[in-house]
Amino acid sequence: MARNNGLDDNITFRTDRLTKDYVTGETIVQALRGVTLEIPRGDMVVLLGPSGSGKSTFLNIIGGLDSPSSGEVYFKKDRLSDYSEQQLTLFRRHNVGFIFQSYNLVPSLTALENVALVTDIALDPISPMAAMEAVNLGNRARHFPSQLSGGEQQRVAIARAIAKRPEVLLCDEPTGALDSETGIVVLKALQRVNKEFGTTTIIITHNAAIADMADRVIFFGDGQVINVKLNENPCPPEEISW
Amino acid sequence: MLMIIEALNRKLLRDLWNIKGQMLAIVMVMACGITTFIMSFGVLDSLKLSRAVYYDRYQFADVFAQLKRAPVAIRQQVLDIPGVSAVETRVVFGVTVQVDGMTEPASGKLISLPDGRKPLLNNLYLRSGRMLLPDEAGAILSSEAFANAHGFTLGDRVSMVINGHKRSLEIVGIVLSPEYVYSLAPGGMFPDDKRFGVFWMSQRVLEAAVDMDGAFNDIAVRMDRGGNVENIKEELDIVLKPYGGLIAYARKNQMSHWFVQNELNQLRVMGFFAPAIFLGVAAFLINVVMTRQVATQRVQIGMLKAVGYSNLEIALHYLKMVLVVVVMGSIFGIVGGIWLGAGMINIYTEFFHFPILQFSFSVEVMIFAVFFCSIAAVTGTLVAIGQAAKLPPAEAMRPANPIQFRRTLLERMGLEKYFSHLTRIVIRHLERRPVRALFSTLAIGLSMSILIFAFFMEDSINYMLEVQFDMAQRQDISIGFVEPRAISTLEEIRLMPGVMSVEPLRSVAVFLKSGHYSKRSTIMGIRPKPDLNRILDQNLVAAEVPARGLALSSKLAEILHVKKGDVITVEILEDRRPVLRIRVAEIVEEFIGLSAFMDMDQLNRALNESTVITGASLMVDPLWNGPLYQKIKEIPAIASMTIMQKAREIFKDMMSENILKLVAMNIIFASLISFGVIYNTARIALSERGRELASLRVLGLTKGEVAYLLFGEMAVIILMAIPIGLFTGYLMAYGLAQHMDTELFRIPVVIEKSTYGLSVIIVVVSAALSFYLVWRQVENIDLVTAQKGIE
Repeated sequence: MARNNGLDDNITFRTDRLTKDYVTGETIVQALRGVTLEIPRGDMVVLLGPSGSGKSTFLNIIGGLDSPSSGEVYFKKDRLSDYSEQQLTLFRRHNVGFIFQSYNLVPSLTALENVALVTDIALDPISPMAAMEAVNLGNRARHFPSQLSGGEQQRVAIARAIAKRPEVLLCDEPTGALDSETGIVVLKALQRVNKEFGTTTIIITHNAAIADMADRVIFFGDGQVINVKLNENPCPPEEISW
Repeated sequence: MLMIIEALNRKLLRDLWNIKGQMLAIVMVMACGITTFIMSFGVLDSLKLSRAVYYDRYQFADVFAQLKRAPVAIRQQVLDIPGVSAVETRVVFGVTVQVDGMTEPASGKLISLPDGRKPLLNNLYLRSGRMLLPDEAGAILSSEAFANAHGFTLGDRVSMVINGHKRSLEIVGIVLSPEYVYSLAPGGMFPDDKRFGVFWMSQRVLEAAVDMDGAFNDIAVRMDRGGNVENIKEELDIVLKPYGGLIAYARKNQMSHWFVQNELNQLRVMGFFAPAIFLGVAAFLINVVMTRQVATQRVQIGMLKAVGYSNLEIALHYLKMVLVVVVMGSIFGIVGGIWLGAGMINIYTEFFHFPILQFSFSVEVMIFAVFFCSIAAVTGTLVAIGQAAKLPPAEAMRPANPIQFRRTLLERMGLEKYFSHLTRIVIRHLERRPVRALFSTLAIGLSMSILIFAFFMEDSINYMLEVQFDMAQRQDISIGFVEPRAISTLEEIRLMPGVMSVEPLRSVAVFLKSGHYSKRSTIMGIRPKPDLNRILDQNLVAAEVPARGLALSSKLAEILHVKKGDVITVEILEDRRPVLRIRVAEIVEEFIGLSAFMDMDQLNRALNESTVITGASLMVDPLWNGPLYQKIKEIPAIASMTIMQKAREIFKDMMSENILKLVAMNIIFASLISFGVIYNTARIALSERGRELASLRVLGLTKGEVAYLLFGEMAVIILMAIPIGLFTGYLMAYGLAQHMDTELFRIPVVIEKSTYGLSVIIVVVSAALSFYLVWRQVENIDLVTAQKGIE
């Protein structure tokens, strides 16, 4: 197997002694204090940890939304930490799908158009309608965000994220604003994408129960990785006890 | 309680600080409104006050008349007319004035002053020196304007040709007269203090010099409180008719008064019009900003209500924010208004000669300004503040529902496939807030029309001068004789140095009547096919003088309510004063003056005269100007001379000095409006949609694509504003032209393409500047915090 920069083709992300400091007023907050991690291709990964443990910062950096203070980030064979802003924009455009707790849909576009907004600029997308079908929202495609429930809006966000067939799907509290029933629907959609498209999926959550459906659970604490747990038998979302 | 209120006030100051750019833009627009208000009304009040005091203390007359010659004894007859309280008779005589170092002759008016007493009417204000002694020969008083234009001081001497005799006279006093606040040479178009002066001389000395012993040719009348101007005019005409009286006229038609009054009328219009625009735009901007402010502070409002603040307290809180803007706008506006007003008064002192003219403005004007400003601001915010107060606390603390959108008209028409998704966002945003888009469009259009309005003056006046001097009055010099002369005089003129061609002119004062409309005017008798002093038809093409009948200027035809083919009554105000009936054979166009034209021979025949002329138009070789002017100065029979080139230059100078200052002011004001509107709208859009834009950046859209979303909306608004601005600019120009359509001159509406272009460019540049300022904030969108929805 070819080795390059010490990277395996089967590794999507690798970070090396990643740190991130935030200066707020006169104090410096160390959000990440040397995170070294590998995330294999196609894994469903759940990041767990209390507020302020650094998991969101970690997700933002590997997603190209933020840059590290020191240390390195590799996306497959490329060193992300060297990217210019322009390159980061293209990296997000072609490789990353984001899903946030707040759905961040464009209110002036219909559900389908929100998805099409991304497929317009993607290299090898699936059709917007197929993405909508994948989250079981084919019949709501022509509605505006204001006409959709929270769970539906989040599923549109998932459809928007997967439509470009990203390498990775980064989800920050995707079910945070949803009730358990709706949350399960969303998680099912995520799992289905992970299985069917082989998309590396990283989910941040406060809800430890969600960890049961992951291949790999990474525990964050105080800006560091405390533990990594491999899950031999992930359970289906509907069996998750909320 | 006190502590909490203080905390709320601190919040107020910090909130204001956060939107300082937008608030400052509004403060500036508002300040412009107050500035123009204080300036216009301050100048208006100052002029009115100066005029009222001047007229009152120096006994400015109410009715005036000129005549050929009447014995002084007539005076009692005039005094007996009911309503007349004072009468002053004078000798007024046109003279040519020779000034050392000036090649061309100047003209002047010599007015008699009673010996041994003050004049009863039109008294003089002595600026320096002394008044005349009784029967003082060899001494005159000079108008301040003429003395200043030539740098004359007391003791300097002026040479004048009086009734054919050259005299050297000493200036013993420099004076101002309420009759000559604005002084215009007879037949002149613009004030030219270097080439026209007014002088006063001892009555008995002047009477002797011009053979008018015991007689007068000019009369002024003051009426008592109950007097009726129309009756007095009529009676006066009857008394003076046997003495060659020309039609009497009231103060409102007195030249100087008319100009001052015309200026006051314009100031009054400007004083309401300009502030209304600025305050309207400011109200709109405050509305947009405050609506947004309330929307972003929804949760805070909920919290304040939850902890027990009343609706009133919350409404007052936001109202205070607005009042801070009003106070700042008022301070800047008042200071700016005083500054510009004082500057404007300085300009006026060049044209209007008052003993004292200082900028002053009343407290009422200031209170009104601030009051209108507050009204505009509060009206602008009322709805937004009402919403803030009405929100139930629980609802307020929940985040607002997603904004409702729907398919736009274009899409319902099935055109959506032609638009990219980014363009669809732009269109839907425009459609969702049509009123706001409309007001933005109107405000930007308005700023563009202010620019067109400012620039068009120059275009039109240039055009007017071009028509006047290049097409109609193509002569180099016009001369006028003291008395009508035989046509053979033309041959003498032709022989003068440098004269290349010469055309005769026979002008006669007339009183035109049609039905109950009447107007005093002059019939210009000219050659049928003139080459120099031409008449222009309504398409501004040189026309032939009709062989029979009159050619009336269109304004004169309008005043008399006549059209081509009608017959009018013409009362000749000369000699035997025949009354004729003449057909209107042609309507001609004229921007300056109010004349009627007629074939010269036909006119002389109608007057039963042998062919006489009263003046001539000359084309000359400029190389011979010096000798020619010298020659003309020496001929006593020539009463006046107008050098067309000089007239044109004077007007150009006047233009560049004053109109251009106003243009500069308008450019600043218009730029502030368009900048204020565009900057605010873009900032609001950024604030409303910052999160959306950030999440699009997260999705991988480039900064350019995000900028397209933000500025695309504004670009559409600006594009829509351009035709509106061009159209309203034309309308405003047209409105001004209508307003300035007076008996003295008319402004054609001529707007050059370059004026339209420049106006568009200025608006686009101020748009670009506001885009740039907002763009710097787009650059700084923090992707991490923005997508989480932290405001």
